[in-house]
Amino acid sequence: MSEIMKPARDVGIVGYGAYVPVYRLPASEISNQWRSGHDLNFLPIKQKSVPGMDEDVITMSIEASKNALKRAGIHPKDIRAIWVGSESHPYAVKPSGTVVGEVLNIIPNILSADMEFACKAGTEAIQAATAFIGSSMGDYALAIGMDTAQGRPGDALEYTAAAGGAAFIMGPAEKSLAVVEGSFSYVTDTPDFFRRAYQKYPEHGNRFTGEPAYFKHITESVKALLKGLNLKPSDFTAAVFHQPNVKFPQNVAKMLGFSKEQIKYGLLSGMIGNTYAGSSVIGLTDILDHSHAGDRILLASFGSGAGSDAFSLMVTNKIKNAVKKAPLTMDYVDRSISVNYGLYARWRNKIIME
Amino acid sequence: MDIPRYWRLKDQRYRLQGRKCKDCGNLSFPPRLVCQKCKSRKSVPHEFKGLGKLYTYTAIYQAPDRFDPMVPYIVGLIDLEEGVRITAQVTDVLPEDVVIGMDLEMVIRKIYADGDKGPILYGYKFRPILKKMTA
Ligand SMILES: [Zn+2]
Repeated sequence: MSEIMKPARDVGIVGYGAYVPVYRLPASEISNQWRSGHDLNFLPIKQKSVPGMDEDVITMSIEASKNALKRAGIHPKDIRAIWVGSESHPYAVKPSGTVVGEVLNIIPNILSADMEFACKAGTEAIQAATAFIGSSMGDYALAIGMDTAQGRPGDALEYTAAAGGAAFIMGPAEKSLAVVEGSFSYVTDTPDFFRRAYQKYPEHGNRFTGEPAYFKHITESVKALLKGLNLKPSDFTAAVFHQPNVKFPQNVAKMLGFSKEQIKYGLLSGMIGNTYAGSSVIGLTDILDHSHAGDRILLASFGSGAGSDAFSLMVTNKIKNAVKKAPLTMDYVDRSISVNYGLYARWRNKIIME
Repeated sequence: MDIPRYWRLKDQRYRLQGRKCKDCGNLSFPPRLVCQKCKSRKSVPHEFKGLGKLYTYTAIYQAPDRFDPMVPYIVGLIDLEEGVRITAQVTDVLPEDVVIGMDLEMVIRKIYADGDKGPILYGYKFRPILKKMTA
């Protein structure tokens, strides 16, 4: 068994912010469109978020990062790296962080790169930022998990593929509202879900996505983390897992020994869908909005391909002032303009004109 | 797309950066090099906060080619808190729900993409305010 990961210098979250577009597509719209409503009693979620015509991972990352900056209260130029984790970057070549950094006045003395690891690209960015701050290459780094995910029309994934995510400013532990106690990352070659270059929609292995992929990787990363930190599930106030639907995170929580009470905040997929690289991390922002000094939080992502990053976070007394400095995650989740399937298909370029 | 022009205007488009007259304090947006009040040519950059109220608006159903994918959309005249009136798209609201006098806040959105291969232009738009922050 490998040891847990912990930087040489203690690191934490100095600021955080969420973003979810205002539009919602009810799952019943998809069911009625493709299955004549036959599966209306078995829908994986109630509704999913849909980005407006003028939104993409860059614009959404800008708003989440603005909220993170407000909570961090640092000068933007103190940030020395921007890593954006996503599978839906607007450009194939030109990092999303360049525009985010320009708009937020963070540039030019930074590193910036796009991260990709399906739904765990956001926590991958957090890991990189933790290492970067932990080795004192810089004092602050911006790590983002954000997606505008697409499923093929009529495919099972179309019910849940959604838009949203979160941004985190990582910094020294003494400035943090939540300190990283340790992390553990677990990766294998598991082809449960993938998208080849130039393909618009991903492929997935149906039954292959559950047991050997999602459940296996999350339980491995979390068990190793708990063992390494000598902690048990009851030592945590709250936990959040990647949310491809509502059932999977509930089931993996149960398998690992976490209660319903521990996952009552942050389980947002029923209201906004699966926001891919944004999924587990936007859940974390909702938990932080409801947290208090001394709370311990478990964050465990899952990315197809496959891998999982697990983190243990200890909330500090800086949380109280930080929370109210920016809109809450539920302020974004609760707003909604319903769209029908036709408008959604047009906005998401699902109608090919030529 | 004229990439050099697009790039030169980014302070204005990304951060609502206008000018403040060094002689009389008058603010301008879009930035003007000669003060409209006192004709002074001395000014410094000034970033607007991006909060305002909708003065009036029109819904666009027939748009130039590059904006055509986004119709219908709303173009508003917005009175910024700082006392300057600007023109901008109003987003995240259906045409039938727009109300004159509504509180708006600046957001950065895609203005248009130059086809499937060209650059994507980002800039300010305004949306109904998400939440009034007291701090
Ligand atoms: Zn003047």
